[in-house]
Amino acid sequence: MDTTRPAGVTRTPTDLTQASRSPGGVGESTSRPDGILKVTGEFAYSSDLWHESMLWGHTLRSPHSHAEILSIDVSTALAEPGVLAVLTHEDLPARVRNYGLEIQDTPALATGRVRHHGEPVALVAADHPETARRAAALIRVEYRELPVVHDESSAIADDAPVLHPGRADHYAPHVAHPNIVHRQPIVRGDVTAARARADVIVTGEYEVGMQDQAFLGPESGLAVPAEDGGVDLYVATQWLHSDRRQIAPVLGLPEEKVRMTLSGVGGAFGGREDLSMQIHACLLALRTRRPVKMVYNRHESFFGHVHRHPATLRYEHGATADGRLTHLSCRIVLDGGAYASASPAVVGNAASLSVGPYVVDAVDIEAVALYTNNPPCGAMRGFGAVQACFAYEAQMDKVAAELGMDPVEFRQRNAMSQGAVMPTGQVVDAPAPVAELLRRVRDMPMPPPRQWESADSVGAAGVDIRALPGGLSNTSHGEGVVRGVGYAVGIKNVGFSEGFDDYSTARVRMEVVGGEAVATVHTAMAEVGQGGVTVHAQIARTELGVARVTILPADTRVGSAGSTSASRQTYVTGGAVRRACEAVREQLLALGRGRFGASHPGWADPGLVLEGGKVTTPAGEVLAPLADVLEDESLEVELEFRPRPTEPFDVRTGQGFGHVQYSFAAHRAVVEVDTELGLVKVVELACAQDVGKAINPQSVVGQIQGGTVQGLGLAVMEEIVVDPVSKVRNPSFTDYLIPTILDTPAIPVDVLELADPHAPYGLRGAGEAPTLSSTPAVVAAIRAATGLALRRVPVRPEHLTGT
Amino acid sequence: MDFLRPTTWEEALAAKAQLPGAVPIAGGTDVMVEINFAQRRPEALLDLGRIAELTTWERDGETVRLGAAVPYTRVMSELRRELPGLALAAHTVGSPQIRNRGTVGGNLGAASPAGDCHPALLAAGAEVEAASVRGTRRIPVEEFYTGVKRNALAPDELIRAVRVRTATGPQQFSKVGTRNAMVIAVCAFGLALHPDTRTVRAAIGSAAPTPLRVGAAEEFLDSALAEAGLWESRAVVPPSVARRFAELAAAACSPIDDVRGTAAYRRHAVSVMARRTLLWTWESYRGGDRTEGGTPCA
Repeated sequence: MDTTRPAGVTRTPTDLTQASRSPGGVGESTSRPDGILKVTGEFAYSSDLWHESMLWGHTLRSPHSHAEILSIDVSTALAEPGVLAVLTHEDLPARVRNYGLEIQDTPALATGRVRHHGEPVALVAADHPETARRAAALIRVEYRELPVVHDESSAIADDAPVLHPGRADHYAPHVAHPNIVHRQPIVRGDVTAARARADVIVTGEYEVGMQDQAFLGPESGLAVPAEDGGVDLYVATQWLHSDRRQIAPVLGLPEEKVRMTLSGVGGAFGGREDLSMQIHACLLALRTRRPVKMVYNRHESFFGHVHRHPATLRYEHGATADGRLTHLSCRIVLDGGAYASASPAVVGNAASLSVGPYVVDAVDIEAVALYTNNPPCGAMRGFGAVQACFAYEAQMDKVAAELGMDPVEFRQRNAMSQGAVMPTGQVVDAPAPVAELLRRVRDMPMPPPRQWESADSVGAAGVDIRALPGGLSNTSHGEGVVRGVGYAVGIKNVGFSEGFDDYSTARVRMEVVGGEAVATVHTAMAEVGQGGVTVHAQIARTELGVARVTILPADTRVGSAGSTSASRQTYVTGGAVRRACEAVREQLLALGRGRFGASHPGWADPGLVLEGGKVTTPAGEVLAPLADVLEDESLEVELEFRPRPTEPFDVRTGQGFGHVQYSFAAHRAVVEVDTELGLVKVVELACAQDVGKAINPQSVVGQIQGGTVQGLGLAVMEEIVVDPVSKVRNPSFTDYLIPTILDTPAIPVDVLELADPHAPYGLRGAGEAPTLSSTPAVVAAIRAATGLALRRVPVRPEHLTGT
Repeated sequence: MDFLRPTTWEEALAAKAQLPGAVPIAGGTDVMVEINFAQRRPEALLDLGRIAELTTWERDGETVRLGAAVPYTRVMSELRRELPGLALAAHTVGSPQIRNRGTVGGNLGAASPAGDCHPALLAAGAEVEAASVRGTRRIPVEEFYTGVKRNALAPDELIRAVRVRTATGPQQFSKVGTRNAMVIAVCAFGLALHPDTRTVRAAIGSAAPTPLRVGAAEEFLDSALAEAGLWESRAVVPPSVARRFAELAAAACSPIDDVRGTAAYRRHAVSVMARRTLLWTWESYRGGDRTEGGTPCA
């Protein structure tokens, strides 16, 4: 491996070899190969990359949210000692100057105009990061500020500035205004007739604030120029091949000259699906002919990646007196910010999942994403389904209250199950245990009342203030505290949708090393903390009967593994690893039959298994050790795996087999609210989720708990605040708050395993569903405690105190 | 940027006199953040880490003389009987790592209106011991905060210590943030009963350009308690008195709307904290507790 790596690069990813004394296969909670390295601080993240004689890159960003660039003067910056290059849009080497996941509307460096606060304008490479930063401050950019588009009415006004004139993307013909990125209607059934049958009609308007992925490892990477004129890029990302497809044209290089290796990734949650410093570091490296490292600090990171779309959602539900939903109409407006990023796909998800996991025969749905001068928004865990879930679950409580029904019972009465039809017309052809998940969270034991009363007193006699709203800030010893309980359930799609050709590539090799048969797995899957490297080793052990598995670093020397997003990696890349292992197993058995078939009739059995390092018959008779079958042969297979295909939604009706698979989770939230101060302590967030098959039960529970906490963050604290002229007000961890361990409640998890017959091992993508229902469950519990309507998240103390 | 590392207090004072632009640094929890984010480029840093006496505290009559570089963790573990309000405030600062590094002297030097120590110091009664090559003076803490992130130190002065009156009655500190730990104050309130002088002192943080005592509220409460003979009878504070005290405390605020909270919420929260901390401390006083300090915990 190292022979092909440029000399002098250190702290780059290495092979992860995992041995297991237990069978260590599918369904076992084997431990993570990177776990000890991470908790002891030894793991090499992308920010730890180092190369001898490397330079440091720095980005100059726009202080304005919308402005014309009149001039850029780099002469003073360039004259600074230690500065080796200063680049602007004029230095872009190719005709392709924009990039983008789907619509190439994002300038690599601002050209003539900046469209959001923090947009990259110029780059500096210097021999020290401080020098680069100071030189960037010496670049003189003359701006003329332009009127700002910041919401739907300013975006589609007659005189609204068009943010992307001359759009040629394939959504443009279907939208009413060029500042609308994409619009997806879904109509099914007769809403007018259904409305006439309704005994109650409930409307509501809801808002979701802009959440940040807040991954702990900021954007970083190292670009090393190669002798062939290409570049080797080590970077923390979610999808190497998608990055490369966007990077190479802007560099004016063929894709094969942009060689990428995944470096240590400190979390992603969707925020690394778009490019950040990739093109910039490569441009500087190719210009200076020196390796260039770029690392954002936290402040820059808030400007360096897309966020979760803020949304306004208007809903109407109708129901009969016996608690059956008659119809739903809704309009979801997502703020995509300055560039498209993943907005079209987020619109598709929001629209197609806007009803939630319920059966509603008559729907009239519209979702749109806007271009504005707000920060660009794109992928984040839950991807359009989070916003919808907050609104439809608030509505479900409201309708239940209107009917005088128990909110769980009302949900169960309308819950979908296998065979249900989605608003898109797609039949749900796998288990959909929605009512059962609700029953399970409802029936879990309740945390005791007044749980802060404790012999182990902290702060005041008989009181553990850590268990009260305000925690160690010592704001209440029980005064004003009211408990509330709330429920929510959600539905999330798994895998890429709407006709996207979703696939993963895996290369698996089997050979004898030191007398033992071992497997090597090579994929381009981005391990971002989800535990994919653990799962791949488990699959290889189960399929090949080996103990020792080596996972090679992810890079572009193997085919695409798709993105680590959409809850898809265990399904799709895991599926590819399994298929490749099966193919290797067939080769191995063929080899065995050739060598030993004549001497033992057992080799003719079609059901031979590889287990414990041996080939055995189904009855358990050992035919031969794997090492004896292999001898000095090395068996290797590379193949692609595709889940079943999907199709686009019709542009007018929204009908279509749009999603590969659905994933369901339910939550019960128990909160204590200090009703006088408006402070919230979430006491418990119980979750039940169907994962089809828990490939690694411990990792599954970890994913569910992590998603649950991220949903809690959106419920009560996480928001990027943008001022009226679209500037970000809180780009720091001082003012963008994420939950600490003292904000994290007990999270009892009940995992169901109802196999999906279409998926490898019956598994169901698990990473996102818990993020959906967590937020509305917490807010429902706060509503129960306070009696307030609370139509916006995050809920702030001001909302709870009327201040 | 020079990095000066004096080994004695006299050297430190000499260095500060010679280079008044030098920024003193102890725990670095404020200064280094500003430097790392390029918000500040002082001509020199004056590292106080080698001066042992700054990290000690001693009793001096009715006060505790707290060295400027004693970290919060030690205030919490060593001084919760003597300085219970300050110990509670220290408990709310940042994370355990920050509390191991950050110091009361640093909090005073930064003089942020949101600094956690200030309401506790104002409520307890304290003087800042400021030193220079010219000599030492004591600045009453009420006069120390002169504006947003400005204090009364002369350019050549360093904080040697803060002298805090030892508690003679219960003290409380309460802070509102929108997270249950590791949060900067939206607003804060400190309150101390002084049974020896039959007075109550109380102060707000993060609800005005500077931390400040709520004078009118204190005066009202002092006379209400005296008139009803409550110091002697140890009877319950009438709800009307607590309510009026809370209103006057809120009236002392001149808060702003910012990303952390609205002015209206800050005023409201101060009134709630004023009422609660008064009732907590008075309940302790009635029960004969001398103080009500924080208990060490995670």
